[in-house]
Amino acid sequence: MKAKVHVTLKTGVLDPQGKAVQHALHSLGFAEVGEVRQGKFIELETGESDPTKARAAVEEMCKKLLANPVIENYSIEVEG
Amino acid sequence: MAEAKNPEITPELVAEHGLTVEEYARVLAIMGRAPNITELGIFSVMWSEHCSYKTSKKWLRTLPTEGPHVIQGPGENAGVIDIGDGLACIFKIESHNHPSFIEPYQGAATGVGGILRDVFTMGARPIANLNALRFGAPDHPKTRHLLAGVVAGIGGYGNCIGVPTVAGECQFHESYNGNILVNAMTVGIAPTDRIFYSAAAGIGNSVVYVGSKTGRDGIHGATMASAEFNEDSEEKRPTVQVGDPFTEKLLLEACLELMATDAIIAIQDMGAAGLTSSSVEMSSKGGVGIELDLGAVPRREEGMTPYEIMLSESQERMLMVLRPGREDAARAIFEKWELDFAVIGRVTETGRLVLTEGGETVAEIPVAPLVENAPEYDRPWEPTPPSPEIAAQDVPARPADEALLALLASPDHCGKSWIWHQYDHLVMNDTVIRPGGDAAVVRVRDTSKALAVTTDCTPRYCYADPVRGGAQAVAEAWRNLTATGARPLAATDNMNFGNPERPRVMGQFAGCIEGMGEACRALSFPIVSGNVSLYNETSGKGIHPTPVIGGVGLLDDVTLAMGIGFPDPDLTILLVGETQGWLGCSAYLREILGREEGAPPPVDLDAELRNGDFTRMQILARRARACHDLSEGGLAVALAEMALAGGIGAEIPAAPEGVPLHAWLFGEDQARYLIATKNPVAVLADAEAAGIPVVAIGRTGGEALTLPGSAPISLTALREAHEGWLPGYMDGK
Amino acid sequence: MKAAVIVFPGSNRDRDMLMALERAAGKPPLAVWHGDADFEPVDLIVVPGGFSYGDYLRAGAMAVHSPIMREVAKRAQAGVPVLGVCNGFQILTEAGLLPGALLRNARLKFVCRDIHMKVETAQSLFTAGYESGQVVRVPVAHHDGNYFADDETLDRLEGEGRVAFRYCTAEGEFDDTANPNGSIRHIAGIYNETKTVLGLMPHPENATDPQLGGTDVAALFDGLVAALH
Repeated sequence: MKAKVHVTLKTGVLDPQGKAVQHALHSLGFAEVGEVRQGKFIELETGESDPTKARAAVEEMCKKLLANPVIENYSIEVEG
Repeated sequence: MAEAKNPEITPELVAEHGLTVEEYARVLAIMGRAPNITELGIFSVMWSEHCSYKTSKKWLRTLPTEGPHVIQGPGENAGVIDIGDGLACIFKIESHNHPSFIEPYQGAATGVGGILRDVFTMGARPIANLNALRFGAPDHPKTRHLLAGVVAGIGGYGNCIGVPTVAGECQFHESYNGNILVNAMTVGIAPTDRIFYSAAAGIGNSVVYVGSKTGRDGIHGATMASAEFNEDSEEKRPTVQVGDPFTEKLLLEACLELMATDAIIAIQDMGAAGLTSSSVEMSSKGGVGIELDLGAVPRREEGMTPYEIMLSESQERMLMVLRPGREDAARAIFEKWELDFAVIGRVTETGRLVLTEGGETVAEIPVAPLVENAPEYDRPWEPTPPSPEIAAQDVPARPADEALLALLASPDHCGKSWIWHQYDHLVMNDTVIRPGGDAAVVRVRDTSKALAVTTDCTPRYCYADPVRGGAQAVAEAWRNLTATGARPLAATDNMNFGNPERPRVMGQFAGCIEGMGEACRALSFPIVSGNVSLYNETSGKGIHPTPVIGGVGLLDDVTLAMGIGFPDPDLTILLVGETQGWLGCSAYLREILGREEGAPPPVDLDAELRNGDFTRMQILARRARACHDLSEGGLAVALAEMALAGGIGAEIPAAPEGVPLHAWLFGEDQARYLIATKNPVAVLADAEAAGIPVVAIGRTGGEALTLPGSAPISLTALREAHEGWLPGYMDGK
Repeated sequence: MKAAVIVFPGSNRDRDMLMALERAAGKPPLAVWHGDADFEPVDLIVVPGGFSYGDYLRAGAMAVHSPIMREVAKRAQAGVPVLGVCNGFQILTEAGLLPGALLRNARLKFVCRDIHMKVETAQSLFTAGYESGQVVRVPVAHHDGNYFADDETLDRLEGEGRVAFRYCTAEGEFDDTANPNGSIRHIAGIYNETKTVLGLMPHPENATDPQLGGTDVAALFDGLVAALH
């Protein structure tokens, strides 16, 4: 079953890319845009058929590799 | 085969593949039947301008390509020259213009990846990258975005693979608004007894595929690179390839590791037109046939047709012919580097390219006629009418200090550190002269030697007078190498032009080649590799003719490498070469007076050779403490660059009689250098004895540049002008 | 001094580091492939610069899971000195051998140029050849060198004298123009608790050769050789 992982910088960690996107949006005329945070989106086939197991496996993957807990948060969506 | 996989070959389909009616008749004659879609695709890419040089061949043949140190001239993946100590320098320049316009980051990145592969395919470890970039007018809405993307792409690829990007050029002109130029050059080093070529040999030997898997990237890139743009070209985005520099780094190390053994008979990278051009090239060069089982080709996507597999331009792939029995050892190396390795075919005696899938033959083409009967054109051409010569006294004079500051702050002549600070120019620990000077200098590991490398062209001159402009591009590259103390050895050319079906454009091509040929012969500076990019034209508007010359020179003693910066105060500044004050077609005329007109400066090749050899001799005799060649912006700009590079000012008390001051300061007469020396007496005595025009014009020192008749310009003001424009522009100012 | 340089797929300043170490030590160091699980005892382990695994996902994230890194961590904990440069610094933070993380440069672009950094303390194995407060010139070449840690960690690093180098002007002033990547408190390099592990973003291996425009950091390698002789 498929899982989708969103990795974002923790609040409090400066996000220069998000800031640049915000600036660019403002200069394109989207003046009302507030804070922009840029992150990563990872889609993976877990090889599990049980949603609980799939989530637990992806949780481990996030801790071990996909996110750096010093600077990043993550959220997991298991499909199906 | 399914109906959809094998459509009927209609005249429309033939035209979509860029083949003319006459060319298709030639295909029918070679095949003796109608080709299927895969075969049509193969003919189409092999006969594209990009692969067949059908328009340019006639002219390229006239260039000098031989010399005592030339090991391999044009025709292989890259040119090879002997640099002594059992080592060869392997180098080439190549364009990635169209892909970079459509997707600047990936277009430029894969351009770098492609030229790196051309060089390490031949057995060389790449030691330096260069690039020559041309963008549209700064105020064109796309320019900023294209520049940012191209620079990031070049850096992204070169920095990751770990080859220093050490030199280049970047200019702006409205003629490039719809067709930017991204030319990338790689220089590598190999032992002379371990150079690898592409000719397949040994009937029955395995044909092996290594590197990345094949996907649907860039299908028909080679034909795209040979077609004129129109307004909807941006729709072509999906055909742009995506680069993976990490995989290329692995491929580089794996190939060099395998090349240290005797396993490889022939090797060819899969560049434009991928598996098609590599397999055809290898069989044609070897005079043999090749049979490929397309089912064995490692694939990234499902359901790929033979057509797609053969035309894919997925990056970071190589094709090799191995010695019998070496497959397992080779496989072990590639698997260690976590790369795909697949035996996909064998060498045959048939002289035919045979493609099978699931045991069924899906295409079969006789290779010799495919290559040898490729069309070749002698397109009609007309010469560019001469531009009027402009006398210096007819050009209005502006205050010298104001003019200099304006020139230094102009897009073409400002400092480009915003660009090269994004390139890792220090990795490999051999960069002796960094970007920003005449030529960069990199050490040759395990020897006392170093290579000087540069890219040069002045398209404005080429547009006004192609013959003169072609000669000037060669002379300037030669001069830039000379100014570092190097002996220029050979060059590579990147011919960027508009639509050759227009006689005026074809005349520009013919003219530039004529001038280049004259200069290369006079300076013993053969062209050993190159690339042609035609149809750089959008909605009928062509680019300025831009024959970029990439030059390589050799310093026997790296400790003699000369920079442009004034290192000390109280040095005498000597001007080598004759100054008549040629302002026609100059940067002064364009940037200060807004006029792009007049004949460019004449190139006296005899003077180039004599003045250059004299200057190099002074450097090698350790008489020079700094040296710079004079080019666009003339004496004043060169002085400012030397002062800024060294952080030391200079005072030029007076101009000579007989030349208007502004023409003396800003004239672009050729064959000139500035030398800063502690020992002017000895240099002047040598010059007198050799009959070389050399005059002392001033001294270094202080924190300002003082030109005759002007108030001192502080180094701070010079620096602000020189360094300010590009960062400010990129910040949207 | 016997040194080992760890080579990952995508390392690209491994050769530069081998050259600098050989110049200082007078003998070639060991190059250790990432896939090896063990290597002979050495006096110094260096994790060099480059783009291990293409810097894909996060710089240094994947190299941490190479077999060799378990051995590196074990030896670091046993007190063997470890130097991580650029990508090596990123790997050491990802491996938890050093605190904090390296973010994308504040100006978002790759930056390669000479910078100045101040030696914060001469009280370490790595900086014994310097005076505290000395300013040295050294090149940087990176895209993700923007050091970040939370305030508590930073205060602790400073309190324990574990900030090794800070970016500064040629005159030794701290200001934003002298900081090439926006790193917090101008940090260019840090130590672990025992000051036996050093991570830094600039490239000392590219500043030890007079032909290449500077030898300011030769003292770092010479000091190591003297200390680990």
